[in-house]
Amino acid sequence: MRFIDEYRDLKLVQAYVEKIHEITTREWTIMEICGGQTHTIIKYGIDEMLPDKINIVHGPGCPVCVTPLEIIDKAIEIASTPGVIFCSFGDMLRVPGSKKDLFTVKSEGADVRIVYSPLDAVKIAIKNPDKKVVFFAIGFETTAPANAMAVWRAKELGLKNFFVLVSHVRVPPAMITILESPWNMINGFIAAGHVCTVMGYEEYEPIAKKYKVPIVVTGFEPVDILQGIFMLIKQLEEGRYEVENQYTRSVRREGNIPAKQLIFKVFEIADMKWRGIGLIPQSGFKLKKEFEEFDAEKVFSTVADINTEESQICISGYVLQGVKKPSDCPAFGTLCTPLNPLGAPMVSSEGACAAYYNYGRLKT
Amino acid sequence: MASEFNLNCPAPLSNYDKVLLGHGSGGKLTAELIKNIFLPAFQNPYLAELGDQAIVNVNGVKIAFTTDSYVVNPIFFPGGNIGELAVNGTVNDLAVGGARPLFISAGFILEEGFSLSELCAVVESMKKACERAGVILVTGDTKVVEKGKGDKIFINTSGIGVIEHDVEISPRKVKPGDKILINGPIGLHGIAILSRREGIEFEIEIESDTAPLNFLVQDILSVSKNIHWMRDPTRGGVSSSLNELAQSSNLGVEIWETEIPVPEPVKAACEMLGLDPLYVANEGKLIAVVAPEDAEKVLEAMRNNPLGREAKIIGEITEEHPGVVLMKTAIGGKRVVDMLAGEQLPRIC
Repeated sequence: MRFIDEYRDLKLVQAYVEKIHEITTREWTIMEICGGQTHTIIKYGIDEMLPDKINIVHGPGCPVCVTPLEIIDKAIEIASTPGVIFCSFGDMLRVPGSKKDLFTVKSEGADVRIVYSPLDAVKIAIKNPDKKVVFFAIGFETTAPANAMAVWRAKELGLKNFFVLVSHVRVPPAMITILESPWNMINGFIAAGHVCTVMGYEEYEPIAKKYKVPIVVTGFEPVDILQGIFMLIKQLEEGRYEVENQYTRSVRREGNIPAKQLIFKVFEIADMKWRGIGLIPQSGFKLKKEFEEFDAEKVFSTVADINTEESQICISGYVLQGVKKPSDCPAFGTLCTPLNPLGAPMVSSEGACAAYYNYGRLKT
Repeated sequence: MASEFNLNCPAPLSNYDKVLLGHGSGGKLTAELIKNIFLPAFQNPYLAELGDQAIVNVNGVKIAFTTDSYVVNPIFFPGGNIGELAVNGTVNDLAVGGARPLFISAGFILEEGFSLSELCAVVESMKKACERAGVILVTGDTKVVEKGKGDKIFINTSGIGVIEHDVEISPRKVKPGDKILINGPIGLHGIAILSRREGIEFEIEIESDTAPLNFLVQDILSVSKNIHWMRDPTRGGVSSSLNELAQSSNLGVEIWETEIPVPEPVKAACEMLGLDPLYVANEGKLIAVVAPEDAEKVLEAMRNNPLGREAKIIGEITEEHPGVVLMKTAIGGKRVVDMLAGEQLPRIC
């Protein structure tokens, strides 16, 4: 495939691995933010190729994993309501709520549908005027423009039967939470290329400066990741802490301005709960007042009483903050597997635990 | 005797007390149903083999027997339809047991209101598929269910064939050093179906690879007595078949990413949809495990058959990591290729 195979080139990969080995003189702990990058690292065995001195920890960038249990329970309640068509990205269906998952709700007769784009849910609403169509609008800044566009379109079309259950999170406040944690050991960040394609990286510059951590905005293919790691280690070895952009074919400093404008037309910044981490101030988006009529939590008022506590067994909170690795969990691979996940990072293929389980089981 | 009468199903179904779509995915949930519900109920040595077909001995004649149901949606898809699939699928389940398929049956479950002209088209293509595979449809059954209680048409086919050689094709015969062969590119059927089902349009039409494999199997059996194992990797894809191989032989399976033929359009579709081609269904593919000294000979026999032009050696059996499938990645790393848990879910971003 053009524009993909080039970034999976064996010679380039080997060249970067060699260069990383050459320049690494000390122990460094680095975190890749995004679940898509975790996936690439484990899928291609990149962690195995790096010097022992480099410790990679996997950050909280899997949207499925950080969506709080409470929201899943709300989704299940709404999906079970007669007359509802509940639309979601595929991998949310298997995330366990406190009692069941959306697959189970579907098997009980609820109309739960996998969509690839929020705009497909809008189309379903147009085709089914007698049903309430609810889209599960989750994700980081990456999915925010598309989700905002769906709400915007619904308003333009005057749809009265389209709603969104919003659980949107933002990367920079999560990075600050990790850096301010008493256990913090992160020396540098591989920032998520897709999030930055939308948002740019201006907002990362004050973080790099204040906490003296280098940040490299990085893509998702093996060569991208290795180049990003090389740039990050180079900064660390040279004592620099700047924001650099490896993913220049997609990311500009200011980001995608029309996409950002659309996000802030529909959403406003709000405090948000993260599964396993808790409440992080200013770390999410919620619908603005003028779009309230599309808010599923307001329309299905019974969900307001749902307040679910997280499971006590699963260490996903520590995993998502990079304090522990999936294999540190006593339940990993035994009590907790992709077939029977205790925590969200085992559910999505982007989750750190699932990536470890699927691709690296032999190492444990 | 009271202890035998137990109304509670003893099977711990991973916390699910209802059937989910994932139970039909051919992955781990399906395997659990078989292990926990079907096997204990009908335990016998034929079933315990867990092959795609049972091999039974009747008065000194070795007979292969198999059954399969077809519920594909949409019923017409690029490269084929449900009728052709129902014939080829059963022919292939017999063929990979080393049998020469002879007779098949067809059971039709039709939904009230289903168009007769569509039924005719399905039946016509079943007739052609039988002719192509050299099998005779000798018995059948028709049932109609109320509108909404079925989905247009479901077909069950069963088939029998004879085994006319003394090659034992079984996980017990698989040895470290054996080579793993496949007759061509993977992922075509699953992506062809998905492209229609999700309303996703690709610039290049991807056609299902549905085809009868019995003549290809005959070709390879005619050049080698050292065929140790065969499977057609349908639901659950190549990864599920290879995991079954690793587990049933208790040996390691190593495959090489650079050698596995994945057509560009399948790669592109999988990239877009967040799927892995190793888990996508095939309907005309054959995986054969062959003794190393015969691997090149079998490869050549495959390539001389129109259904094996792009055949490849994609890996080998190892003593290391028994029960596990390991892939050497294109960039020189290694990863475990696990069995699919439930349905393959598209990733969010």
